[in-house]
Amino acid sequence: MEKGNKVNPADETRGPSKMPEPRRVTISELRDRLKNGDPGVWRSLEEIADDEEVKAFLDQEFPRHTAPWMGEMDRRQFLRLAGASLALAGLAGCRIRPIKEIVPYVKAPENLVPGIPKFYATALTLGGYATGVLVESHEGRPTKVEGNPEHPASLGSTNALTQAMILELYDPDRSQALTRDGRYVTPATFESDVKARLRRQIATGGDGIRFLSPSGSSPTVERLFARLQERYPKLRRHYWDAVHRDSVYEGARLSFGRPLEPVYRLDRANVIVSLDGDFLFEGPGSVRYSRDFADRRRVRKNSPAMNRLYVVESTMSVTGGMADHRLALRPSEVEAFAAALRSAIRDGASGSDAHGAFLSAVAQDLIANRGASVVIAGESQPAAVHALVNEINALLGNYGSTVQWIEPVVNPESRLESIRELTADLQDGKVEMLFILEGNPVYDAPVDLQFGEAVRRAGFSVRLGLYEDETSARCRYHIPMAHELESWGDSRAFDGTASIQQPLIEPLYNGVSPIKLLAMLLGDERSEREIVKETWQLAGLGGSAFDDVWSATLSKGVVPNSAFVAEDVSVSPFTAATSRASSSLEVRFKPDPTVFDGRFSNSPWLQELPKPFLQATWDNVMMVSPRTAERLGIEIDLSAVVVGGLAPVAELTVGGRKVKGPVWIVPGHPDDTVTVTLGYGRELAGRVGNGAGFNACQIRAQEGSWFAPASLALTGEKAQIALTQHHYSMENRGIVHEMEIGEYGHEEHDAAHEEMSLYPDREYDGNKWAMVIDTTLCTGCNACVAACVAENNIATVGKDQVIRSREMHWIRIDRYFDDLDNPRYVHVPVPCMQCENAPCEVVCPVAATTHDGEGLNMMVYNRCVGTRYCSNNCPYKVRRFNFYKYTLYPGTWDEETPVTKLLRNPNVTVRGRGVMEKCTYCVQRISAARRRAKKEGRPIRDGEVVTACQAACPTQAIVFGNWNDPNARVTAEKTEPHHYVLMEELNTRPRTGYLPRFRNPNPALKEAR
Amino acid sequence: MPQVFNAKSNVLARATFLVAGLLLVVIILAGMYMTPYTHRTGIALDQPAPFSHKHHAKELGIDCRYCHTGVEEAPYAGIPATEVCMTCHSQIWTNSPLLLPVQESYLKKIPLRWNKVNKVPDFVYFDHSIHIDRGVSCFTCHGNVTEMNLTFKTNAFEMLYCLDCHRNPEEFLRPTDQVFNAKYEAPPNQNDLGRRLMEQHAIDTKQLENCWVCHR
Repeated sequence: MEKGNKVNPADETRGPSKMPEPRRVTISELRDRLKNGDPGVWRSLEEIADDEEVKAFLDQEFPRHTAPWMGEMDRRQFLRLAGASLALAGLAGCRIRPIKEIVPYVKAPENLVPGIPKFYATALTLGGYATGVLVESHEGRPTKVEGNPEHPASLGSTNALTQAMILELYDPDRSQALTRDGRYVTPATFESDVKARLRRQIATGGDGIRFLSPSGSSPTVERLFARLQERYPKLRRHYWDAVHRDSVYEGARLSFGRPLEPVYRLDRANVIVSLDGDFLFEGPGSVRYSRDFADRRRVRKNSPAMNRLYVVESTMSVTGGMADHRLALRPSEVEAFAAALRSAIRDGASGSDAHGAFLSAVAQDLIANRGASVVIAGESQPAAVHALVNEINALLGNYGSTVQWIEPVVNPESRLESIRELTADLQDGKVEMLFILEGNPVYDAPVDLQFGEAVRRAGFSVRLGLYEDETSARCRYHIPMAHELESWGDSRAFDGTASIQQPLIEPLYNGVSPIKLLAMLLGDERSEREIVKETWQLAGLGGSAFDDVWSATLSKGVVPNSAFVAEDVSVSPFTAATSRASSSLEVRFKPDPTVFDGRFSNSPWLQELPKPFLQATWDNVMMVSPRTAERLGIEIDLSAVVVGGLAPVAELTVGGRKVKGPVWIVPGHPDDTVTVTLGYGRELAGRVGNGAGFNACQIRAQEGSWFAPASLALTGEKAQIALTQHHYSMENRGIVHEMEIGEYGHEEHDAAHEEMSLYPDREYDGNKWAMVIDTTLCTGCNACVAACVAENNIATVGKDQVIRSREMHWIRIDRYFDDLDNPRYVHVPVPCMQCENAPCEVVCPVAATTHDGEGLNMMVYNRCVGTRYCSNNCPYKVRRFNFYKYTLYPGTWDEETPVTKLLRNPNVTVRGRGVMEKCTYCVQRISAARRRAKKEGRPIRDGEVVTACQAACPTQAIVFGNWNDPNARVTAEKTEPHHYVLMEELNTRPRTGYLPRFRNPNPALKEAR
Repeated sequence: MPQVFNAKSNVLARATFLVAGLLLVVIILAGMYMTPYTHRTGIALDQPAPFSHKHHAKELGIDCRYCHTGVEEAPYAGIPATEVCMTCHSQIWTNSPLLLPVQESYLKKIPLRWNKVNKVPDFVYFDHSIHIDRGVSCFTCHGNVTEMNLTFKTNAFEMLYCLDCHRNPEEFLRPTDQVFNAKYEAPPNQNDLGRRLMEQHAIDTKQLENCWVCHR
């Protein structure tokens, strides 16, 4: 009676009633455990510790979900609440059927049938390099990005960033009006102001005009600049990219005397060596390279052979995770390795240093594959490494076969040099008019330039940007920029292939494109379309048949025969002395795998993607190796699992500048190196990105743009990070199958064991949908997850909810390690298994999840009452529950901003609170194909249904189709000798199967890995 | 004489009244629910212009597809753009006050806002085109709109209504060339015809019962 009002129903933060005692494990204890026991593969260090309490905690379906009632409760309180729930449930059932309206067109657009999506070919750029895409549009609303199969940089696939650009288009935090000094002004005010000032510049030849922009490859922009330069001959253009490729071009200058761009033909390479280059994930052409790489790695009955990949790297990269042999070095040590490799190949000298065995094995393998090998250097390595690698490739005769050199697609000027000059001019007061087109240099320019201060010294500054961000805050005018999906344009891919970009929608927020702005400065009143069209007419596209070729080009998405031709090169040997490796701890900067250089900071889709290897969301961390962590005195706090990822905070000092952030141990990370990713710690990113993570740009100076000597010290504080690596544990029950290529076909997988059941087998006489995922090809790049989010209206939940293990991704990528210091990695994407004997179905009290005649495990949202029994009974942990109305989450993303509703796929239900959901094998796509096939009176063709994850996958690791069709690709994959399903012993008979991770180790390095 | 009803009976009596009262309320509510009022069946809604299907489709004999253009290829049958009305009405009945809203819409380029008569819940994904293709007539679900002056709903589209046909399509199917024929009358051997049509279209009722045919 006297109790009862102490109840705090909102209290779910306290977790289970019994908090385990904090228990710490040192890393050396973990090492002992690994040496003595055989834990097989594992997902986190805490898992190796094998702590009973942690295990018991993780065994729960929703570890932090189901906090028991923490308050006191008596009978009356209970009755009161029970009564209230009953009454409210009854109320919720009452509704008046509202009359809805139908609003038809006044004048229907030509060729538009409401309900039938249209696809438009265009291109989206990152770092200036285009990826050809087909954008799905429903009644004029772009909803989904697919790769353009005709485009060389895509071949039908995309990466996660390209998938998320559609959300960037709708982002309600994008700037929406033209401002001067933070106040709204009319475009006319701006126009008359800028034109008056430009007129004054004519006298001096435009000496005071400066443009700053990131890399771009648009021929139209170049043409407009050329016209501007005619009028203002002394006008200067500057470039800055936080993720710059200075060393690539500088390396080419050293080797060939002029800057050139490499294009790799990985489909011709038997042996690939990467020196700190993440060619499968970052940089131009990575999606295409992934496909070419994977095509030589697909181990099948008719082609049981693989290429071999060696990776020497100074951080954790997606490419490194795919390596057959990986050597983790400090960033400054790579140069010495490259020099030694050059000597080994040129002179046959065997390496004598610490990595001698590795190095000579690599060298011999390369020599044995002359003309069919390739060495790739990463953009983070200095020009010397690139020059050395250029020489190695020449020595190996790889030019013309696996490596081609083309004219640079983007301007090859040194970015560091360029922004340094601009800053100096600004400080000297030479800049009268500064135009910053795109980019965010105030945030990401080298910190020692103090670019933000310098911008203020420009007499007049104009910023064109998608967001009113850090840079806009320092400029006089801010002009909202039109998104690439809102404007006409053109751009080139990694190999020079040009695409015309066409708008999918009118600018949502009054944005103007760079082309429009430049045209305005030129006094050119024509539309962007006309200007772009003129560029190509002048370029001679199609000759006299221009109009026809133009339309064909637009619909195809690729300008015919526009790829750059390979240049003839002769390489001059690299003679300069290589610089010595530093002996201190080093910091290694890296673009973030999800938010890149910060341009996607405000994208909740990307923020919530678990970063490869780290499985962290919504934050960046300082990655260190277990040995470095040991030296720092970091112990593994097992109770952190229960609270959800507590990381020790450290202070990273580089050249006297400091930044604080959480430290996280990643097995396999190079020792004495700290990897930090760019793009976090934004102040003016928007409601989603503000305040997330720490700003690595604050310690990134001109010297050491990619790596620098640093020191790291623990501060004693703790920070909570939202890691997903403990979520949805399958308790290591034979999930991962690893084999060497030599074992292919030798040992038949024990799939033939007798399956017994008391029940008669179901007959599937029509379609029998099935999926096979090849773990040999999965790079863990997250493209499938992002594509799934985009296709299936999956909600983002925010950091707080991820910590509670409530992320909604229907497909997750589990990655496994097998060693602390030199691990091998396996990525296992886990969508719903679509079990034939589905454990979830039998426990649903309302038959909201049932089986259909094609073997799909159906989830009917409108029937679900949210008992979560199904999820509890799912051995694969693939069901996701809406604990809140996540469509409104993270709080600022819906109600006030209905614009994001335009993004939703109209063929997939938007799930409400209290509803279970899961992967459906993209049933809306199956349904569409079925209706189409029925109308045409034929069966569904193989390859007609492509799931969203399958379409996006750069390596085509996912195959989906009708298992009853003997000629279907999926049937062939299912009959592969090593095909396996997860937890076969449970007899759930999953339709999703896996092919093992094959590796192709060098026999000479068997022991050394 | 002892009391026939002891003290406890008071409680019983009160409980009986209470239960009876509740029952009455339930019966009344259920009755209300079953009336056309709840589903708005048989009730014509107000519309911006008093469009008559009877006049256009029956008396003038205009085909359904002249206005509902998407019905054979898209999930939505489509409501005609104002422009479609004006193809004829720029020539005839130009002075009728009933057509004022249509003319206004056309001139000012402001869409007409019709009130939705037939609707399924948001979690139902209904595709007109596939039904038309299989020989489900417009009139099977929408009633004989050619007799409606103002359009009203004939059937309450509840799940059981859909399932009736998804389970026994033979009772409803027409030859595909009769789908838009308002005057069509089902032959006495409808079930035989229906079964033949099902065979012809390869209609599998097992598949039609799957939840994901409509919900996803």
